[in-house]
Amino acid sequence: MTLTVEHATLPVLGRLPAHSSRTEQIAHIAEAAKQIRIQDLKLVHYAGAGHIGGDYSAIDILATLYGAVLDISPATVDDPERDRFILSKGHVAGALYTTLAAFGFLPVEELATFLKPLSALNGHPNRTKVAGVEANTGPLGHGLPIAVGHALSAKLDVSMRRTYVLVGDGELQEGSNWEAMMAASQYQLDRLTVIVDRNRLQQGATTKETNDLDPLPEKAAAFGFAVVEVNGHDHGELLDVLSAVPFRPGKPTFVIAHTHKGHPISFMSNNVAWHHRVPDDAEFAQALKELS
Amino acid sequence: MTVTDRPSIADQPRYDCRDAYVETLAQLAEADHRIVGVVNDSVGSSKLNSFRKAFPDRLINVGIAEQDMVGVASGLANGGRIPFVSAASCFLTARALEQIKADVAYSNTNVKLCGMSPGVAYGELGPTHHSVEDIAWLRAIDGIRIIVPADPIETAAALRWAAASEGPVFIRVSRMSVPKVYSDDYEFRLGKAITVRDGNDVTVISNGTVLWRALAAAERLAEEGISTRVLSMPTVKPLDTDAVVAAARETAGIVTAEEAVTAGGLGGAVAETVVQHHPARVSILGFPEFAPTGSAGYLLDRYGLSPEGIADAARKLVMTGK
Repeated sequence: MTLTVEHATLPVLGRLPAHSSRTEQIAHIAEAAKQIRIQDLKLVHYAGAGHIGGDYSAIDILATLYGAVLDISPATVDDPERDRFILSKGHVAGALYTTLAAFGFLPVEELATFLKPLSALNGHPNRTKVAGVEANTGPLGHGLPIAVGHALSAKLDVSMRRTYVLVGDGELQEGSNWEAMMAASQYQLDRLTVIVDRNRLQQGATTKETNDLDPLPEKAAAFGFAVVEVNGHDHGELLDVLSAVPFRPGKPTFVIAHTHKGHPISFMSNNVAWHHRVPDDAEFAQALKELS
Repeated sequence: MTVTDRPSIADQPRYDCRDAYVETLAQLAEADHRIVGVVNDSVGSSKLNSFRKAFPDRLINVGIAEQDMVGVASGLANGGRIPFVSAASCFLTARALEQIKADVAYSNTNVKLCGMSPGVAYGELGPTHHSVEDIAWLRAIDGIRIIVPADPIETAAALRWAAASEGPVFIRVSRMSVPKVYSDDYEFRLGKAITVRDGNDVTVISNGTVLWRALAAAERLAEEGISTRVLSMPTVKPLDTDAVVAAARETAGIVTAEEAVTAGGLGGAVAETVVQHHPARVSILGFPEFAPTGSAGYLLDRYGLSPEGIADAARKLVMTGK
């Protein structure tokens, strides 16, 4: 099986016109999420590698951010005043590339190079090679400190630009996140939003069995964050929360997005086996059917 | 850049390079609003109190949290700032090594890493606080320029160069007092060795706090009729391979002398170059083990980094011929 340009068929959705209604925005995000999932499934199936479980738990969040929240477009990808999105869980690079392509940051045909020799589309994102990538993540626990640094730069500039960072829940076992959260609180970075992809699964087991994060809301609140919990697959809830930050002046926001790895595919959802398993032909056909 | 022409460099007044560091950083910050300091509670140990007073918003103290410190610096660079991370080199390079690799080097962010009080500067505090491995660790990472200034003049010049040059840089800032090696008009040039004393019998390549000791060694050797070339090698990466190969070709051998481990530092870089381009004898002076209790000066002497120790190593190369 080889990934070819015939498998890169994602329609470019772009941005909605300004002042679109909430209903229009939600429909737009839903369509983007659906198309991104279909394309991402093809990438993983034909490339024979990837992290589809984590991709699928994060795609609704990515589609909401790029579809209706972030003040960034292909034309402003180098604008100093753009909003920043940092993907800390860098292993879901496939979902990020597909999202960037859906919104016009990356040529759709380029997706066909995913993981191939000398491709810009490495298994983890590289800011020096892909427009729209803000940091070379992959090792866990790096995105949140970088986001704090960016939010500090915006504060020094007296700028209204916002910083969003998506972290995995298992990733929060890395101590560097908590160092960064203390600093975010100390510096009152209320234009910083941490989104946790709370799928409750890590590589080989549940977070609870491994090194339990709960009570996560209380922990984040104790570190000085305004904490909000949402259904991480509900586009309306995500849109309302992510576009409404900050919730408390002077406090950074901690959004716990409850998700399922592999959502919404029946045989993948909430199944730890799908951390980086690759769907075979039958599974591919079944997943495609469920998404269409 | 001329060597001070007084009788012996060992008798010259001594300076703490941190004073040149903070004075230069303040000048740079005054001229360029993008420059910020980032510290891990290391305000006092980096002598940055005056900087904090002058630029209270622009000294970011993340507390005792080195991983966050380097990640934050990378994010500040993403936002258009030029962060000078200022922390004890042992904690900066060891605790935050993965952040240096991924967030700074691989991400190619405009972060300046300033390793304060490197080498064995913390003397009696022991190997937990010694930073003799920093050069070897960072040399292994692609994309970081490594600079080890020898005196306050070179420290200031290297900082000015780093501020004006895009991309990751690591600069060691010495705590141990050193005499001035350079004259005030010295200009830093990346990747260029400086012949601070010419000679054709044997070569000593050195940098940092050890360079003046190498010059003092050359003075002693001259009294014995041995002509010593002393190459200052402030840039460990990228290395001036031409100067190394010329020394290998033209003299009896090369002694490297640095305040660092004997594996993978300046000595390692020189040896790699010589072996591949012009095999010659190389004697590597530095720290081959965790150092025992002792002051910085005592430890340098103990491991052969005194003028006499360096002269001994050079003498051996000359005695055994080319």
